[in-house]
Amino acid sequence: MIKIASLAHAYPKGQRINFPDWEIETAEQWLLLGASGSGKSTLLNHMAGLLRPSEGSVEINGTDLYSLSARKLDGFRGKNIGIVFQRPHLVRSLRVIENLELAASMAGNQIDRGRNMQLLDNMGLSGKEMAYPDELSQGQMQRVSVARALVNRPDLLIADEPTSSLDDISTQQVIELLTFQAKDNGATLIIATHDTRVKNLMDKTYQI
Amino acid sequence: MNIFFISTKNLLRNKMTTFLNVVLVSFGIGILSILFLASTQIGNKLESNAKDIDLVVGAKGSPLQLILSSIYHIDFPTGNIPAKDAYALMHNPLVKRAVPLALGDNYRGYRIVGSDTTFIGLYGLKLASGDFWSKDLEVTIGSAVALETGLKVGDHFFGAHGLSGNADIHKQHAYIVKGILVPQGNVTDNLILTNIGSVYKIHEQPDEDVAHAHHDENIQGGQKELNDKELTSILIQYRSPMSIIIFPRLVNQSTGMQAASPAMESARLFSLIGVGLDTLKWFAFLIMAISALSVFISLYNSMKEKKYDLAIMRCLGASKTKLFFLVILEGLIITTLGAVLGLLIGHLALELIGAYQESSQARLTGIYFLPEEFYLLLSGLGIGIVASIIPALQVYKVDISTTLTKGN
Repeated sequence: MIKIASLAHAYPKGQRINFPDWEIETAEQWLLLGASGSGKSTLLNHMAGLLRPSEGSVEINGTDLYSLSARKLDGFRGKNIGIVFQRPHLVRSLRVIENLELAASMAGNQIDRGRNMQLLDNMGLSGKEMAYPDELSQGQMQRVSVARALVNRPDLLIADEPTSSLDDISTQQVIELLTFQAKDNGATLIIATHDTRVKNLMDKTYQI
Repeated sequence: MNIFFISTKNLLRNKMTTFLNVVLVSFGIGILSILFLASTQIGNKLESNAKDIDLVVGAKGSPLQLILSSIYHIDFPTGNIPAKDAYALMHNPLVKRAVPLALGDNYRGYRIVGSDTTFIGLYGLKLASGDFWSKDLEVTIGSAVALETGLKVGDHFFGAHGLSGNADIHKQHAYIVKGILVPQGNVTDNLILTNIGSVYKIHEQPDEDVAHAHHDENIQGGQKELNDKELTSILIQYRSPMSIIIFPRLVNQSTGMQAASPAMESARLFSLIGVGLDTLKWFAFLIMAISALSVFISLYNSMKEKKYDLAIMRCLGASKTKLFFLVILEGLIITTLGAVLGLLIGHLALELIGAYQESSQARLTGIYFLPEEFYLLLSGLGIGIVASIIPALQVYKVDISTTLTKGN
């Protein structure tokens, strides 16, 4: 279960956003909606433990993220939270399969090459394991980043505008993969978007 | 997958930059390695060859030239001295041991040195096979001579006039190899030793043949007929420290010969070489400083591109400390590779220099290792840390959410 309580973020220029309290049950799938600049990414960054809030708390399965030390928070994020960004952000010096292995390695988990290959296969990337990111299309790279987010079997899968740079076909593929893989892994899924193509693909929505 | 693997992959992504940085570091380390190895070897050779020799007496001229030709056998002698005067000095009470030398010929670049049995005692020579020379035209050869020329005990060869080259071969008399020395680790490895009578015999005019019949006895017996004979120089060992003050003055003021101190001349030689060595050493330090700067610039510039990678690794659970060491490791890999390559280049270059050296007596070798080289390796690591510490500290400034939200 994920609980967000009294969460607020103050920007350096003085602007402040107060987020409504939010409780998410395990394995639920939510769409986080809001106009550009409404604070969707900020909220997701707070939920991912990437950005310390000015006030309030984010609790994931009983752990208050911001009560952890920086080092423990890094470790917790690696093991429990999978993140897909607007852009894929793959490490360009590593091959596709190595990008997945990097996720396991950085989280301190054992590398399971069989599972990683299966994940890539699920993403329709069979045969691209040894390719470098520069050799892939934008859609393929985003699918790799989805696979990477799933490597450590996270409890929470966060996707921030994952389809904004993709064409319609890739958008459909990525959203289907995210929802299916999250369900298959028993992970809670939150997708932030203002992409109208995505709005009808998920049941629950949270508007800010 | 560890940070070493990731660092290596990062470096391989920019192969040319990495290669150039490695080469730059290796040049600095390589030059320093050559300098250390060469100066140590030269120093050791100078020391071991001049061991137990307090003074060299020879013809007037450059004292350094006298030392180089009589002890190290790498320069031409200053001239000859009358054998009568030389033997008089040899029997001076201040002298503990005196070794006469008669030079003038070579065989395939290896000098033929005429002397007597005191030479054996001075250098502590030991035989690997055969015997020491005892009669005219018998020789005992150094281990390097045997190895390079293939001469064996019982072989005959002709000497050539001069201290190098084969232009004027003395075909009237052949030498016979009586023995081969064990490797001595000094100049004697490169010498062909015979008695002084052989040198006289080789150089006498044809009409002197009859007169020479009794020559051996003259030299080794009582030196009765020395008025027309000459020597190249004498190696002197003093009887007591008192002689250090008295004997050189005695030679220089009361004879037509000159006395040269190996210790003083070697020190003078080293101070002359030292200027060049110091210049090269500073040049190498400059290259190493440039290489450190180059590694720093490469890493610092790459941080702009790398900050997305570092941010994503933070997202995946890597701590700042881990990423700090990831960047440090990149600098260390470059400079460690450079240092190892530099040491290899140093040894290889010295081996090549040795192979092409004309003078076999002072031949340098790359198969020689010094503890100082370990410090060179450490200095390479030090450069890596210094060059990468500022880029690595950038890791702590990376704002993950801003970096990844803005995208690349």
